[in-house]
Amino acid sequence: MEMDMLFNSGILTEERPGAIKPPQELWEKKQNGLVIIECPQRIPCNPCHTSCPTGAVMPFEDINDTPRIDYAKCTGCAMCVAKCPGLACFVVDLTYGGADEALMKLPYEMLPVPEVGAVVDCLDRTGEVVSQGKVVRVMEPWKDKTLVVHVSVPKALVMDIRAIRVVK
Amino acid sequence: MRSTEVMVIGGGPAGLSAAVEAASLGCQVMVVDSDLKLGGQLIKQTHKFFGSKEEHAGTRGFEIADILFRELDENKERIQVLSNTTAVGYYKEDGVVSCVTGEDEYFRVKPQRVIMATGAQEKMIPFPNNDLPGVYGAGAVQTLMNVYGVMPGKRVLMVGAGNIGLIVSYQMKQAGVDIAGIVEFMPHVGGYWVHAAKDRRLGIPIYLRHTILEALGDRFVTGAVIQEVGAKGGLVGEPKKIDCDVICMAVGLTPTCELLWQAGCEMTFVPELCGYVAKRDNQMRTSIPTIWVAGDAAGIEEASSAMVEGRVAGLNAARSTGHLTDTEFDARSSLYWKRLSDLRAGPVGEKIRYGISQACCGSWEV
Ligand SMILES: Cc1cc2nc3c(=O)[nH]c(=O)nc-3n(C[C@H](O)[C@H](O)[C@H](O)COP(=O)(O)OP(=O)(O)OC[C@H]3O[C@@H](n4cnc5c(N)ncnc54)[C@H](O)[C@@H]3O)c2cc1C
Ligand code: SF4
Ligand code: SF4
Repeated sequence: MEMDMLFNSGILTEERPGAIKPPQELWEKKQNGLVIIECPQRIPCNPCHTSCPTGAVMPFEDINDTPRIDYAKCTGCAMCVAKCPGLACFVVDLTYGGADEALMKLPYEMLPVPEVGAVVDCLDRTGEVVSQGKVVRVMEPWKDKTLVVHVSVPKALVMDIRAIRVVK
Repeated sequence: MRSTEVMVIGGGPAGLSAAVEAASLGCQVMVVDSDLKLGGQLIKQTHKFFGSKEEHAGTRGFEIADILFRELDENKERIQVLSNTTAVGYYKEDGVVSCVTGEDEYFRVKPQRVIMATGAQEKMIPFPNNDLPGVYGAGAVQTLMNVYGVMPGKRVLMVGAGNIGLIVSYQMKQAGVDIAGIVEFMPHVGGYWVHAAKDRRLGIPIYLRHTILEALGDRFVTGAVIQEVGAKGGLVGEPKKIDCDVICMAVGLTPTCELLWQAGCEMTFVPELCGYVAKRDNQMRTSIPTIWVAGDAAGIEEASSAMVEGRVAGLNAARSTGHLTDTEFDARSSLYWKRLSDLRAGPVGEKIRYGISQACCGSWEV
């Protein structure tokens, strides 16, 4: 009941169709990372599929389908991250950096634009600060003001961190 | 008295699509819109739209308006655009539409065909002090912020977690406004789950099963009182005081249909379409054979479907004025209806599908 209310207010509480983790074995060795999509509701929307250059987000039979991913095809390019209107796509690269480190490619539409090298707050799905991260790159894949910020974060928190906030 | 083959009332996504469709098929078109700038709701939408590629999903709303403006421009020799011009009356005796540009320049138009694409109006809910300065509709907040670049306030309580409430909260957060929370009567958000997730990860609380009891303040809003709603609908728990200087109302829209009433179109109340709408046949034609409806004016839905409905209305107006053959008509028409049924196919389209089944009479001829 409590969990249902949490989910009903926009917090992912467990894996569901349209919101599943990549297969661990492939994920751990995939350089550049794999996509994580958290879009568990059937809605008329498909830019994650139409923006994916490799076909990793599989074709939608019905535009209302939730996204399904062919992880073998995902290159971690983050084109979907920047195109998804729900900001529901993230890329996580477990091969990055030291043993306890990972790289997250997160969508970002706030101001100010984070600077490369800056330390930023990492927020979980409820907006709580769960750690600090370091900005590695800032990209603008579609030149449309939705940025993809590459942040190095503690590996243990990749399933918690979903946004960053610039520390003033 | 001015004349035109097709008059489009309202220059939002539905009206612009209707105008482009009809003009590209050869009609002379006049578009009137009350606002200084065309585009309707689109020019206030800074977020990326949902939908399919054909309806420009993944593109920001105001940029979709730019795409429509370019199409308008490509057909400019056949489209006359009158902004800052409101259609204020429809005389059913002779089909004359009276308009006013600015505040005092009245004129009359005698169109052969009319497409009503007047969009929607915001609803309000009653509570003590809801007339205090600082209680705004979400549309007003968006206009202030995204059209004129004015911050609506410092700390806002949003009422309603439908797509509008969720999206406008996100836009205010982008503009640097603090959001005290979003209050929602239902036990789940009404808008898309991903929009709620976007707000939540920025730290915006969503109070499900809560309602606003009153606005606080003497001369302007200084706070609000909210309280939990129990399973049976009664209030439970203790009232909570929220500090805020703006209360933003996003409790729904209702179709703008005054001109349709004036014209004597057969109207019907359909809760799923959010109010009174004109009965229409399966080509969006009202009971008055020269008037079509499209977009939110025909039932509250989305820009994606509004644009396709506009196309349908424009196509029909063009056929009825002899600008295309039945074969050409059938080809386009089946394409548009396929798109509409795709957009409405899922669970979120269920309400719309039911609403349309209540408002659509199939064909007026039989
Ligand atoms: C915050 C928000 C977010 C949204 N997000 C999405 C989204 O992600 N995807 C999506 O598909 N849709 C979205 N929508 C919905 C979409 O904007 C509307 O469904 C769409 O704009 C409806 O188009 P329309 O042309 O019917 O009406 P409108 O856009 O409302 O245009 C109607 C126009 O008619 C004019 N008008 C009205 N009466 C008269 C008159 N008498 N004379 C002259 N002019 C008149 C008005 O000035 C207005 O310009 C969103 C809406 C809001 C508010
Ligand atoms: S990261 Fe790139 S390859 Fe992977 S799903 Fe997204 S767009 Fe496709
Ligand atoms: S583009 Fe984003 S919101 Fe749309 S279906 Fe794909 S993941 Fe969901």
